[in-house]
Parts: sequence; structure tokens; C-alpha cells
Amino acid sequence: MLPIVQHPAAAKEFVNDPNRSRWHDQALWFVRSKRDKQAASLPEWEYLRETASGIKTHTIANLAHYLQEFERNATARGAVVHWARDADHHNEIVLRILRDHKTKRIVKSKSMLTEECGLNHYLEDNGIDVVDTDLGERIVQLRGETPSHIVLPAIHIKKEEVGDTFHKHLGTDEGASDPKYLAEAARGHLRDKFLAGEIGITGVNFAIAETGGLVVCTNEGNADLGTSLPRVHIACMGIEKLLPRQRDLGVFTRLLARSATGQPITSYTSHFNGPRDENSELHIVLVDNGRSRLRESETFRAAMHCIRCGACMNTCPVYRRSGGHSYRATVPGPIGSVLSPTRDQNSYKSLPYACSLCGSCSDVCPVKIPLHHQLLAWRGELVGKKLLPLSKRLSMRCASYLFRFPALFRLVGKVGRFALRVLPRWATHNRLNVWTIARELPEPPKESFHQWHRRHRNH
Amino acid sequence: MTVALFVPCYIDQLYPDVAIATLELLERLGVDVAYPDGQTCCGQPMANTGCETDTAPVARRLVDLFADFEAVVCPSGSCVSMVRNHYAAYFDPEDAKFQHVTSKTYELCEYLHDVVGVTHLDVKFPHRVSLHQSCHGLRELRLGQSSESMTPRENKVRKLLNLVEGIEWVEPDRPDDCCGFGGTFAVNEADVSAEMGRARIADHCDKGSEVLASADMSCLMHLQGLIRREKNPIQVMHVAQILSGRPLGAA
Amino acid sequence: MMKPTLADTDARQGILDRINTKHVDIPPLPDVDVDRVIQFDEPIDKFVEMLAMVGGQAHQVDSQADVRAQLEEIEVFRTATRIVSLAPESIAGTIDATQIEDPHDLSTVDWTIARGEFMVAENGSIWIDGDTLPHRVLLFIAQYLAIVVPRSQIVSNMHQAYERIENFSARFGVFVSGPSKTADIEQSLVLGAHGCRKLQVLIVGDL
Ligand code: SF4
Repeated sequence: MLPIVQHPAAAKEFVNDPNRSRWHDQALWFVRSKRDKQAASLPEWEYLRETASGIKTHTIANLAHYLQEFERNATARGAVVHWARDADHHNEIVLRILRDHKTKRIVKSKSMLTEECGLNHYLEDNGIDVVDTDLGERIVQLRGETPSHIVLPAIHIKKEEVGDTFHKHLGTDEGASDPKYLAEAARGHLRDKFLAGEIGITGVNFAIAETGGLVVCTNEGNADLGTSLPRVHIACMGIEKLLPRQRDLGVFTRLLARSATGQPITSYTSHFNGPRDENSELHIVLVDNGRSRLRESETFRAAMHCIRCGACMNTCPVYRRSGGHSYRATVPGPIGSVLSPTRDQNSYKSLPYACSLCGSCSDVCPVKIPLHHQLLAWRGELVGKKLLPLSKRLSMRCASYLFRFPALFRLVGKVGRFALRVLPRWATHNRLNVWTIARELPEPPKESFHQWHRRHRNH
Repeated sequence: MTVALFVPCYIDQLYPDVAIATLELLERLGVDVAYPDGQTCCGQPMANTGCETDTAPVARRLVDLFADFEAVVCPSGSCVSMVRNHYAAYFDPEDAKFQHVTSKTYELCEYLHDVVGVTHLDVKFPHRVSLHQSCHGLRELRLGQSSESMTPRENKVRKLLNLVEGIEWVEPDRPDDCCGFGGTFAVNEADVSAEMGRARIADHCDKGSEVLASADMSCLMHLQGLIRREKNPIQVMHVAQILSGRPLGAA
Repeated sequence: MMKPTLADTDARQGILDRINTKHVDIPPLPDVDVDRVIQFDEPIDKFVEMLAMVGGQAHQVDSQADVRAQLEEIEVFRTATRIVSLAPESIAGTIDATQIEDPHDLSTVDWTIARGEFMVAENGSIWIDGDTLPHRVLLFIAQYLAIVVPRSQIVSNMHQAYERIENFSARFGVFVSGPSKTADIEQSLVLGAHGCRKLQVLIVGDL
């Protein structure tokens, strides 16, 4: 059983530290602004989103067909295709490949899927040394943390903190916090790891049914370095990563980096068609882990369109202020709040409420997932299953009664406004009234519009 | 043709002048306005909490009450969005009354812009004004182009305010970041909500705005609560109040 | 020799069955209408602009004979001793990578001069066909990377790019856009993450 996440409590410390939340908000807003510029540079932006959404809808509907086509073509190119029903199964498959090759040193590039499956822990428990090679992931790994963002794993960490971590683990100068200096130190440190790596593990951005090929996008070049030295490459992917045809990449490579970081494309968009050569191996692990179940839901199926660009996080005003760890999930932010309860409704029931329903995520999403409508739909499901606290359900029941009986509504309103006017401030502005912790209550008018209307317009 | 004025519950009880300004404005523009008795709420607080069974009777009441009018006008974007975009869950799609009300309910600015086609207003408001674009007005009703979207749209609220003489526009850095009200969100996630609101206020104040104007009073209720607590040098006003010629400080 | 790991397909049928039991209507697969996407009148200019934006440097030379002189202007090239050239007709290298068996032995390479197939104007990227690389790692392990590409070979956008490589048969291919980079420390952009520190693109007139 997972512990129940109460987002407001989990976010409290972060949001109430202005040095943290305002700085974090600004950093992500900067990324979103870069995205806006790139999106605006293409007159066909909305057309691309529309097309991407159409391609994904088609693919997910016809998923069994494309998975088999992919398997066939990848196998023909010499890859070994494994099927994992869930996270544990995925981890077992990876471990078996490592054991078969008697390897202990793994270099891994960014993969949200392996985060979702908890691969690192599992392998470490089995005596295998896994090095995350993406700089941000390496930073969180050295600190014993998890990524707080799916594209910018260390966005919550300040450069001084990175300096401390590197001083401790990589021997950089004490107090050094210059990003250039620190990145250079990481380059040297990770070069050695790359050269010593026995197997490279990567995620997958897109898998092409028609060719059996894989596409991996990085800026650092770590996926490429990690797979072009060792003889064995393991690529782990959720079954939703498929695209029917290679030319569909034209749409997705144009959207992905622009949405993610405001770059026109990632530094490296690498196409892997089978293993490197006759003496190498490519293992592809197709992971379900709840995806085929998610596909059954009319309401939430579109969440499978997600290409993990992170734009919904960058734009989310709640995420920006509360930080990724407040979601206590591998994928935070709007898409995480949609996906997490599909895994465990009770544990993640507060996440669909960690949203002001502003709708910015739905407008920013390159594959047009109606994120805020899905979050609203989640609320209905949770209430239907009585997972919302009784006090909240009762207060809504009362409100509903009030609004069904206008005379009662007017009476309660009158009493309330009267009370607000005559009660001493301490009685209305106290910690029991959550509204007033940070805000004043409105100044109550003497009469409602209804009363005014009676007096001024003949009725 | 007679148009029904729908005054949302919190405006009726807490901000009657917004409703009065709306009524006066419509009357001045020659619209025949009725205020049907017995109206309360659109049901949004329950719906946004996910309490669908508590929403349904409230939604049905509203539709019954307004079914006989040619149009319904409401000075609150999020309530209109509720009726237009979310009522389908509570009605038979063939229900004629529902069909009529859901398609003929307008947000005030939308009505003035699209239906009345206002081109002239004889009012002045010689102040530095900045616009707070409510999320539901922007992204659910598309009263303007949201900053994420690349589909060009004219901003109906701004266009109307441009008919007022003397407004000096002040632009915040972030044109449409959410203020953090979000209905019950404001209480559920009180810390995040307040922090979001403070950031909006600071953005508008820093640029020298005197008046934070919005077509949605619920956002303004939240922002005003923060402004009063923190004694920020800025006031809030509903767009209807400015369009109807109210002086500074009417809210 | 190790035993090869066989595919684990125990879950295969279960996953496919679960998908097949839920029938979902399949809408048609949309195609991009090329008339609706951006094209540039001066694609080379756009390419140069975008390459600069992503942190690379473009050099336009009329002839292959000018490539060396152009690179010699760069200090770290003049002082480099370990150079692999995959475009020997433009410039000779000092190491013959085809004679090297283990890619790890390339870890001290200073420069790789690679051969680009074509440029993409909209994002400053260059397509490199894996068949031109004796070792894939050459692109990523060298401290500096230069790519020689014919001026005549350019497309405006990624849709045209994928049209061009519709039938590419190599085991590997990559769009390279600028040097390797990271912004993982407080969003400060640092060039030279794991791969090349800088990227020079030589756009050659007579190639
Ligand atoms: S939901 Fe959309 S915006 Fe969010 S990460 Fe996925 S693709 Fe990007």
C-alpha cells in the first residue's frame, strides 16, 4: 500500500519559502517563454498539434496491430523484443539480460519509464552499479533524490547545492557554484563512467512500427555515448511510444523540443535500427504496467498520447509554486495528476484537486490532451467512489440544497452578510476560516442585488 | 427580445454593484433585460469538486428558470462556461430546454461584442488599468487568445474597454497566469492559491497599474482579499463597472 | 562467449489480448499537407541563423580545397593532433578510424570531421547517415566536431527531411543540431555536456 499523498501538506514547505517557490516559478516560466517563442515561429503550430493528436489517437486505437508490426520489424533488424506486464516484470527482464552478460556497470540515459518501474533501486539491491548519465539525473542520484521534473530533473536544486554535492562526490572546489565549472567536472567524471560502462540503458522517445526503429532525443549526447561504446543496448519503453510510420516523426520532432525547452530540436535526434553491428545486441523492453487498462477508459485514454515533453509542468501555476516532489509521483504536474490515480486512486486522490482548472496545460500540450478536463473528470470519479473526505462531500450537499431553495439561499446570505458586518474581526478572521489565513473577507454589502432589484425595478 | 440577466450567487450576495452595473449597462444599450426571480447558482462549486449528483438538481433549476428567454447574459465567465461546456453531463442531449439555454447563455463582454455589437460608449475612466484575464473566460469561452495558444483571436474584453475614454493600459509581464482562485481550490490549496495571487498582484503593481480589471469577479474577490490584507496600492474593478461609467474604487 | 538472452514473451499474449478485448474506433491516420508548413526562400540563411541559435558555427566555403584553411583559423584545431576525418576528400585526418577495432580506443580523439548528408533550415540540424561512420562513437566522443555538408543539400523542414530519408537503411542515423549541451544546473546553458564542446559546420559549394 502506498501512503496517501496530501498535496497541500506536501507542498507547504516549498510554497511557503519564497526563496524556493518564487525562484522555481521564475525558472520554469523562463522555459515556458522560450517555448512560446518557438511555437510562435511556426505558423502551422496549431496544425501540427492537431495532426500529432490525430496520429496518436489512431495509433492507440490500433495499438495491438502496431505493436506486432513493430516487433516483427525490430526483430528482423536483429533486435530482441521483450514484453513486460508490469514494473516488476520489466525489472526482472533487465536484470536477466545483465546477469546473462555478467555485467555490473551500467550507464543509463534518461528514461521516465525506468523511474516509473524503480529500476535503479532494484538493480542496486541486486549488486549492480547504475550510473545515470544525464547531468540533472546524476545530480539527483548523487543526492539520493528523485527527479522533480520529467525533462529538467534537477530544476528544484540550486547551483550552490549542486556545488556541495559535487564537492562531496566529485571533489570539486568547496563553495564552487559556477554552472560551467560544475558541468565540466561532471563531464570528466561521467566520461570515465562511459568508458567503463558494460551495458547502456536508454529510454525511447518514439518507436516506429513500420521500420522497427527507435528514436532517442537528448541534448547532452549521453544516450549516444552510452550505447556506442558497450556492445549491449537495452531500450525500455512504454507501449504507448509507438508511431506508425517514420514520416510521422516529422510532426513529433518539430513539437517535442519546442514544447519541452523552447529549442527548435534536441541536439541529437538519434535513430537506432537494430543493434550496432553483428557482434552487438539491442534489447527492447515493451512495458504495459497499466497502460492497456488506461486504454480502456474513454475519459482518460488520451493521456496515452503524452510524449513526456514537460510543457504542462512548466506552465502549471500550481506545479511552479509547489515543486515536483509535492506530487510524490514519478510524473508530477498536470499529466502526473491524471496518470497517478490510474495506478492507485486512494493514494493519489488529492492530486486532481491540486489544480485551479486554469486550463493552461491543455492549451500548451503538443498532443492536445484535455488535461484540465481530465482532472475535473477524476474528481467526479473520486467522489463517486467516496474517496473525497465526508466533510467536503457534506458541504457540497448543503450547498446544493441551499441553491435549490432561493428563499433559503437569500436568508442564509442575509444572515451571513449581517454576521460579517457585526461580528468582531477575530470571529471571522481566524485559522478555522482557511480563506482568511492569507486574505481578507469581502466587505459585506447592506443589501443583495436581489434586494436592490426589488426596490429599484418594479417586480 | 427579452434577455435574462443571470446574477451568480456570490455577485448577488457580495458584489451587488457588479450586477447593478451590468443591468444599467445593458439597459443603456437598449437591451430589454429581465431578472427572473428565484435564481441562485449555476452549480459550479459542486461540479468542480466532483459532486455530480449535487450539481444536477441545481443545473436543472437554472435551465428551467431561463428556458423562456431568448438569451441569458451573465457577468461571470466561469459560470457561463459551466452552463455552456459542462451542463451536458446533466441533461439528455435532446432536451430542448437544455439545448436552448446552453447555447444562448453569454458572458457579458461576449454578448456586448458578438450580439449587441457595441461600437460606442460614452464613458470615461482616466486611470492606469491592467487586465486580469480570467482563465475560464480566456480558455473555456475564448474571449481572447491565451498566451499558450497560437490561434489568433481578438480580445473581446480589451476591445470593449478600448471604447472607454482615458484608459491608460498597463501590461503585466505575464498576460494570463492564473490568479489562484479556482473555487474550492482557494481553500483546499490555500497556500499555493495565495502565493499565486500575490504573484499576480505584484506583477500588476510593479508596472504601475492603479486598477486591476477583470470580467470575472470571483478572481477579483480572491485578489481583493489579498490586496486588503497586504495593503497593496491597487484596486480591483469588474469590467462591467468600468464600462458603465463607475468611478475609481467602485468595487 | 556469453549465452544470448532470449526474448521474454510470456506477457505478450496477455497484453495483446487485453488491448484486443477493448475495441476502439480507429480514426484515419492523418498526413501532413506540405503546403501548410513553413518553407524558406533562403534556406541557407535560415540554417545559418538557426545553427547559431543552437550554439553551432557555420562557415560557407566555395570549394573543398578551402575547408582546411577555414578550420585552421580555429585555435583548437591548429593545435589538435588526433583528428579523424570521414571526409578525406575535403580534409585529411591523422588517425584512420577504420583500422581501430575497439571504440574505446577513440577516447582521446580531439576532432572528428564528419560528413553530413543534408541540412534542415528550420532547426539548424544536419542529417548524418550511420553508414558513413566506421564507429558511431566518433560523433560523440571527440572533443570537437566538424561536419562537412554540400551547399546544395538542404531542406526547409523536418517533413521534407523525413521524405528524404524515407528509405534509409543504415543501422543508425542522427540529426545533429549544435554541440552537446546542458542546462541542468539552474537553467544556465553550458555547451559541451558529454559530446562535442563545439560544432563547426562547413557548407561547401562544390561538394
Ligand atoms: S501531457 Fe502534454 S504537455 Fe504534458 S508532458 Fe505530456 S505531452 Fe507534454
